[in-house]
Amino acid sequence: MITKYSTTQSRKAGFTRPSKKLNLMHNKNVTLFIQCLIDCLYPDVGEAVVHIFQKLGLTIIYPPDQTCCGQPAFNSGYKKEAKVAAKRFIRIFENADSIVCPSGSCVNMVRNHYPQLFRNDRKWFRRALSLSKKIFELTEYLVDILGVEDIGAGYHGKITYHDSCHLLYGIGISNQPRKLIRSVKGVQFIEMKDSDRCCGFGGAFSIKYPEISTAILEEKVKNIIDSGADAVVGCDIGCLMNIHGMLSRKGSPIKVMHIARLLAG
Amino acid sequence: MSQITTEKYKDEAKRAIKNPVLQDALSNLQERLGKGAVEAYKNLPEGHRLRIEAHDIRMNAIENLDVLLKSLAENVRRNGGHVYFAEDALSAVSHCLEIARKHNVKTAVKGKSMLTEEIGLNRSLEAAGIEVVETDLGEYIVQLAGEHPSHIIAPAIHKTRKEIGKLFSEKLLIHYTDDPPALTRAARKALRDKFLAADMGISGCNLACAETGHITTVSNEGNIRMSTTLPKVHVAFMGMERVVAGLNDYDVLFRLLPRAAAAQNMATYISYIGGPCHKDQVDGPEEFHLIIIDNGRTKILADEEFREILCCIRCAACLNVCPVYRKIGGHSYGYPYCGPVGSVVTPLLVGINRAKDLCLGEMLCGACKEVCPVNIDIPKMLLGLRAKLADGDRKWNVTRASLVEKALYKTWSWLIRNRWTYDLFLRLAYFSQKFLPQKGGMIRRLPPPLHGWTGKRDILPISIETFKQRAKRINLNP
Repeated sequence: MITKYSTTQSRKAGFTRPSKKLNLMHNKNVTLFIQCLIDCLYPDVGEAVVHIFQKLGLTIIYPPDQTCCGQPAFNSGYKKEAKVAAKRFIRIFENADSIVCPSGSCVNMVRNHYPQLFRNDRKWFRRALSLSKKIFELTEYLVDILGVEDIGAGYHGKITYHDSCHLLYGIGISNQPRKLIRSVKGVQFIEMKDSDRCCGFGGAFSIKYPEISTAILEEKVKNIIDSGADAVVGCDIGCLMNIHGMLSRKGSPIKVMHIARLLAG
Repeated sequence: MSQITTEKYKDEAKRAIKNPVLQDALSNLQERLGKGAVEAYKNLPEGHRLRIEAHDIRMNAIENLDVLLKSLAENVRRNGGHVYFAEDALSAVSHCLEIARKHNVKTAVKGKSMLTEEIGLNRSLEAAGIEVVETDLGEYIVQLAGEHPSHIIAPAIHKTRKEIGKLFSEKLLIHYTDDPPALTRAARKALRDKFLAADMGISGCNLACAETGHITTVSNEGNIRMSTTLPKVHVAFMGMERVVAGLNDYDVLFRLLPRAAAAQNMATYISYIGGPCHKDQVDGPEEFHLIIIDNGRTKILADEEFREILCCIRCAACLNVCPVYRKIGGHSYGYPYCGPVGSVVTPLLVGINRAKDLCLGEMLCGACKEVCPVNIDIPKMLLGLRAKLADGDRKWNVTRASLVEKALYKTWSWLIRNRWTYDLFLRLAYFSQKFLPQKGGMIRRLPPPLHGWTGKRDILPISIETFKQRAKRINLNP
């Protein structure tokens, strides 16, 4: 079963007019892959993604059978188990025009690791390779594919940005989110020190080696606090969950926000 | 063999994190060298492309090692040098001892070499009654303190100048000072006598050139040049992978190496050593010996998955950007090779099970690959090592690291196979989390095995409504 959203009505519902830069691709369907952590912990982020695409007048397809891309198992070395998830993902998404996911590490997994995972299996390799070419991270899809930098969102406050590692080093995304943040009306954008240094999440690493993980995170959190921003924005919920966890423990008022929520605002 | 303490990774890491002096030193190192390397690359006219070219050069050399090593040996011998192929640490050390005995060596001066750390050379020479003196300032400090290097090119990075001042006043019998130039002068004075008295000079080898039969060393202190030219015998130790085909390859690699290692456009001393002193030359040793060491490298070469790590030129750039190294320092890795490169090389050399924490205790963030002058995909190889630990591997003699974890991931793969079971699991988790302590809408403590998360962090509880449910709802009420 596939859920489709009507997007024509949302336009009428009084959204701000998108900027001139907007290059709408009316015929294009966008298929959503909502990462598992967003699905169960931060569903607001998924909803924000829906709002953004509705605002841009795109047809959204959400395959409700989706679960996980397999990254947790893959990163821990459990390739057999990761393959189960990967094959399932390929079956569900391979007929999509373009798949958009609000998580850089999942896109990195599908784009860069799926073909590697199936390198000894010609049939699945071909399917993985073809899929790897049509999955995009949210900000990459907005800026590079749609050519949109201003979605007409507004936010009053100082924002800093954290570069997630797989997003930055894995799929090379760094300017796109910055362009989008800068174009949000009312935002004062501040670069924190070492925005491109890892936050210490590392998946299972954060649980297996908590002392190292939190030592790294302490420094990230310090850089966020020192930046003077009142909100930290990122594109990967894993990192944001990590940062959110420590800011909350420290009782800090700094907000942690996925970029989709900022852009939908 | 060097002492292996990879099993203590977690404990040593915890200790390092609690040491504020070390934390400062590591931060300073990374701010200076790590960031400096990235800046230094930017000045290259070829930019990022040069790293890719360097990777191809190294990979090409690794894939033709048999031919290159044969040609190197022939050319070194033609230049009047001796070449010895050592299968393991013991054989390399014994050969060196034999040379020392032949020349009745009492004192040996050494240029910095991680390979000699790997084979535990100093200890063996000392056991044979030979005084071994490290001449790199950092190595000298570490040697006086009876410690091991904690960084590939900055071995004494873990020591403060106060500690060094105290050490020098005790060991060199000078008045206490923590002034770096004064301490350097004291070391220089002490070392000068050793240089002049030494019967043997020992060095490593940054790269060797098969075409010409040269070995090349890089240093900033000039100590390697003195170690290799003053004593009458020079013994150079070289890992079997450190060879390239020709001088054209040097051009690329020696432009990258000083940038990666020390954010320099050019190192102060790059020495091309091509055998013993010839009749028409004024300086140089009477004998030159090159010991080419395998010590487990053939096994790495034979495995396509890990072969790429042999491209490494030990510049330590990956240490200078690694967020984990930044916190735990070099000693936590329990073997001479530390940081990201150590996390791949050490398990392959000492045993994957034995060094499992090195494979698992990294984050796959990818900063190491980005800064590597020869563009080695370290995260990919860490993943390869993890796969061996996850399911065991006969070729590398690895046993499964954890049956419980395997069972957990098996269960996970069963859960995510079907959205219905997945949703059921989320519902169960949603209801059971109500028993966990919460504050301000965040969970304060998770039960084992997840409790590591909540030591210093909170976590958001599972949402009452998943995105899937929400999507359905939005669709129903547009």
